[in-house]
Amino acid sequence: MRLPRPLLARPLLTLAGLLLLWEAAVHLLALPPYILPPPSRVGLALAGRADLLAAQAAVTVAEMLLGLLFGALLGASAALALLASGTARRWLLPLLVASQAVPVFALAPLLVLWFGYGMASKIVMAMLIIFFPVAMTLYDGLRRTDSGWLDLARIMTGDDPRHRFRILLQIRLPAALPALASGLKVAAAVAPIGAVIGEWVGASAGLGFLMLQANARVQTDLMFAALVVLALCAVALYGLVDRLSRRLLSWQPDSHTLSGPN
Amino acid sequence: MSLRPPVFSIRCPGFAYDGLPVLDAFTLDLQPGEIVAILGPSGGGKSTLLKLLAGLLPGCTGPSLTAQTAWMAQQDLLLPWLTVRQNILLGSRLRGESPAQAEADALLARLGLAAHGGSRPATLSGGMRQRVALARTLLENRPLVLMDEPFSALDAVTREAMQDLACSQLAGRAVVLVTHDPAEACRIAHRILLLDGRPARLREILRLPQPVPRDVRSSALLPALRQVHAALQAGSGMEMA
Repeated sequence: MRLPRPLLARPLLTLAGLLLLWEAAVHLLALPPYILPPPSRVGLALAGRADLLAAQAAVTVAEMLLGLLFGALLGASAALALLASGTARRWLLPLLVASQAVPVFALAPLLVLWFGYGMASKIVMAMLIIFFPVAMTLYDGLRRTDSGWLDLARIMTGDDPRHRFRILLQIRLPAALPALASGLKVAAAVAPIGAVIGEWVGASAGLGFLMLQANARVQTDLMFAALVVLALCAVALYGLVDRLSRRLLSWQPDSHTLSGPN
Repeated sequence: MSLRPPVFSIRCPGFAYDGLPVLDAFTLDLQPGEIVAILGPSGGGKSTLLKLLAGLLPGCTGPSLTAQTAWMAQQDLLLPWLTVRQNILLGSRLRGESPAQAEADALLARLGLAAHGGSRPATLSGGMRQRVALARTLLENRPLVLMDEPFSALDAVTREAMQDLACSQLAGRAVVLVTHDPAEACRIAHRILLLDGRPARLREILRLPQPVPRDVRSSALLPALRQVHAALQAGSGMEMA
């Protein structure tokens, strides 16, 4: 379900108004551009350095996408393992929850040390952040299958353990998809954080790297331009996951749009 | 009825929920081709009894009947991500058998749902959903069929048509039908049992030898209907004119 035009127009108008206010404030207060560049200057940087920005964005987007993919796979596997095995639940679940008390960002220097300045350390960083929401939402969804459906499946399969995998595939997993979709949306929202933090700690490319460079050279307009590109990439990633999950969940009768009821 | 030995002889020592006895011990003998209706007040343990028979709750002795049972719960239990056709073939999907598409479509047509085979359950009315659940139950080729108020969401005309269909489709199988409707019991059951009291006791109140479905508007069934009503009233403890 796409956002209807008038619904998209309203937030865009709000944004335009805010940009005008910003532009006016910079001129009225006579702020130097290295403190706060006006949006027009950021726009010029966006246009003038488009090649540079696109090249760095490609690196960051690749890190986010791969982090999301591997993090989601790892999270989903963990959820399945937790569902399938009581041993895994007893030995792993408390640790998994407790591990979230460790600020993952604090691990970034270690990850750079282990995986180097390239993309690998950023992908691992994003994976670590994404893993938890995916694992927990999917596990929760898998646990909450309607008991009536499971009773029905038990009778239909005559309680034969050989058919348990089919019950998982055809009932438990589809029933858990709405929960997984929520987890994936959270994951898509935090994936850019993982990638950028990783780049700040040590990198040779990417939007986070570009921002640090621009900051050091007091090219504040380029910094803002990189921020704008990063925000656009993050919104696009979220939109992609949102659309994918809507397609997957087309059978759900009620799907709200991003902006809620009109 | 002939004097064939019962195919299913189920003995249950009773059932307690949270230490509170809900169901008294009971014995239920079922013969093939027999429809047994169970009547009783709401919340009286009828659904629990069906689950015990199906082996979904522990308690009953003897070989587990789970693999020989088709079960229609009070809720339709349709899977919202599957189409109507896929839903009624769920049993064969879960067992990894090749689905009986032609049989499913023929049954959908007889249920008046031919146009809805490809629809998702969310687009159907409550009565249509109940008919889909009925189709799913009828397609399961099992000798024991347990149904929990299978016609409750249907209008009077559709209900009779579905009862007739169930009678013909289930011929030869043993059927336990939970219902709150004495007329329904008198129309399609060969034996009527009452489940009431606390803990609930199961007892036979009527045997009806004539073939089913019967005409409930004929005066011949009036004494049976009166007898069932009287038993229900006596069980509920309510005085009625």
